Amino acid sequence: MSSAVYIAGVGVISAIGNDVAEHLVSFEQEKAGMDAITLFDTIHRGELPVAAVKLTTRELAEMTGLSPEISRTTQLSLVAAKEAIADAAIPDPSKWRTGLISANTVGGMDKSEDFFVDFLADNNKGKLRFIWDHECGSITETVADQLGVSDVVTTISTACSSSANSIFYAARLIKNDVLDIAIAGGADALTKFTLNGFNTLMILDKEFCKPFDEHRAGLNLGEGAGYVVLVSEKVAKTLTKVPYCKLSGYANSNDAYHQTASSPEGTGSYLAMTRALEKSGLRPLDIDYINLHGTGTPNNDSAEGTAITRVFDGKFPPMSSTKSYTGHTLGASGGIEAVFSVLAIKHGIIYPNLRFETQMEDLPLKPVTKFLKGQKVRNVMSNSFGFGGNCTSLIFSTS
Amino acid sequence: MKVYIRSTACISPQKTFDDGFLDEIVEYTGTRLAAIEPDYKEFIDPKQIRRMSHVIKMGVAASKKCLQDAGVEMPGAIVTGTAFGCLEDTITFLTRLVEQQEDLLPPTAFIQSTHNTVAAQIALMLQCHNYNLTYVHKGISFESALTDGMMLLNEGETNNVLVGATEEMVDTSFKVLTRLGLYKRHPISNLDLFKERSKGTIGGEGAAFFLLQANSSRESMAELTSLKTLYKQGNIEAAIVEFLTSNSLGIDQIDLVITGRNGDIGNNEIYDTPGKSLFKNTAIANYKHLCGEYPVSSSFALWLAANILKQQAVPQVVMEKGMVVSPKKILIYNHYLQKYHSLMLVSALS
Repeated sequence: MSSAVYIAGVGVISAIGNDVAEHLVSFEQEKAGMDAITLFDTIHRGELPVAAVKLTTRELAEMTGLSPEISRTTQLSLVAAKEAIADAAIPDPSKWRTGLISANTVGGMDKSEDFFVDFLADNNKGKLRFIWDHECGSITETVADQLGVSDVVTTISTACSSSANSIFYAARLIKNDVLDIAIAGGADALTKFTLNGFNTLMILDKEFCKPFDEHRAGLNLGEGAGYVVLVSEKVAKTLTKVPYCKLSGYANSNDAYHQTASSPEGTGSYLAMTRALEKSGLRPLDIDYINLHGTGTPNNDSAEGTAITRVFDGKFPPMSSTKSYTGHTLGASGGIEAVFSVLAIKHGIIYPNLRFETQMEDLPLKPVTKFLKGQKVRNVMSNSFGFGGNCTSLIFSTS
Repeated sequence: MKVYIRSTACISPQKTFDDGFLDEIVEYTGTRLAAIEPDYKEFIDPKQIRRMSHVIKMGVAASKKCLQDAGVEMPGAIVTGTAFGCLEDTITFLTRLVEQQEDLLPPTAFIQSTHNTVAAQIALMLQCHNYNLTYVHKGISFESALTDGMMLLNEGETNNVLVGATEEMVDTSFKVLTRLGLYKRHPISNLDLFKERSKGTIGGEGAAFFLLQANSSRESMAELTSLKTLYKQGNIEAAIVEFLTSNSLGIDQIDLVITGRNGDIGNNEIYDTPGKSLFKNTAIANYKHLCGEYPVSSSFALWLAANILKQQAVPQVVMEKGMVVSPKKILIYNHYLQKYHSLMLVSALS
């Protein structure tokens, strides 16, 4: 029950790179992924920037070998999951019980949108292939089939904390001796549904987002996928490559305040962070870097900042929101940022919070603004909070 | 990893939310069974009711009643499962998006369209800051939530876990799923579902919640002894035997098998094979003529099993064959679209 869970592989695709290596370059060059909308026709083109993966769905399909008629979310998911598995390079993987625990928020909504235009005109119209992946689980299923994984295949959806929860759950499946290896994370593609949804809430910044800045005006939507390969102690011993780190702490808590807004005092995030620390046996001052949820909305950053102020009590570790590079990738963000957390430990790097200028007036927090190398990064906390009050914190630690 | 079912509450196309246990059966003609909605005012603040979609109301009311019956105010965790999530709100927002060409969209439908809305609304209602998760994996969404709940109890994280499943059928999903060939092409009586041999089933919906506990008490309804999900299983009969063996049981020790038979020829075949061999001498019951087919319908089956064991009586309307005098062990075997299989072993309290 109490055995450690190791991170043996990572894979990521986002607006700043199609694999891990490209991400590391973009981070060091401080190159953000936001741009004008080109993926679909929308009245918001030219008005709202988005952080899209720099590949068309057709190009992604060429990479994955899947039909381009299959959801972009599936394509993104498969690219990152495959990279993570290849990276883990587990000898003789067939001898272990392997699961895929994935996450997303709107399933194959990009294709459902196409279906719906025809369907609304005539209920007997609309290509059924396009609605087939509407279910969130459908994305995971296709990826599991492609990877040949079947021991545990499931999908979590807790809005923007979805894939942090899939990593959390995967670790527990290993600790409970249900699985030996788990590929866990999540994916979400940009869709008109989410773009317009967030737009109705008036939390999209018309400029590139400025997380944790006094003058922040909202988030930029992004897309992508991020997966980690978690392995049991037994599997870790067979690896030819040293695992990156351990997943040492995790906790999930509900803010129970409002369907979309965070409580002013950040109750949910406070509880997630403190309980994750408790789980890991670490003290706040052991944390060397916080990868913030930091969406750039006035509400999130103020609630998260307030909670951090309470948890860390004046002794703040370096912190930043990598959403200043990737935009907010919704159900993928926990997975993507887990990969960034692992890479921070591996390479001793800390990512800057781009475009930060002015400290929030009522909070003593100042994120890192320059790319830092040669850092001693032993313990990283990664925060993911979502609609419905779902707050999750993960802690990655050197093994 | 056995746990105990302290209480359960179920909203379905039958009068399952009232007192009594399937003693008055509702007959439908068509291919779609709609849930019978209770008086929500007893469970939800009337101001909230107006804002909530069908699935949210069903989920919140069922969870509230389940907690009330258990006498538990604050569960240690809330875990839900749903394959389609909040369809009504999703489709409302999608329709407006297309019809109004992205202009002047109200946010409410989007806000409530996320799959975790039911679990979130329960947390909000209870002011529950504890573990909160939603599983969205097709025909094993409920089983995934149950597995998590059982693990939480096994880990000693808490002594009370609220696990539930919700699914709503709306006109759009009914139309699309009919086009995809899930339902019969002609109206039938739900009570005749197992009589005819044709393709397709009847659609259903509902919400069922369970308060699971690590320890049994005199008030426990039943023991959820074991749960297993299988993906694309070839030899299901061997898998069932293995599942029973892992629980130190043989088929002769199972008093009743509840299957997910749904009236579709292809679907039924999977149950026919063990029905003729492994379950040859075992009493068999079915439930989908009562609630219809939907991805989390196994939650209805678990509600049924828990009540059978608690009341020590099997409603005649579910029986396919055999007799059960004093049910002690029930095996639930369901599959969804022949891809996702689940096995649940439910036992009477010893």
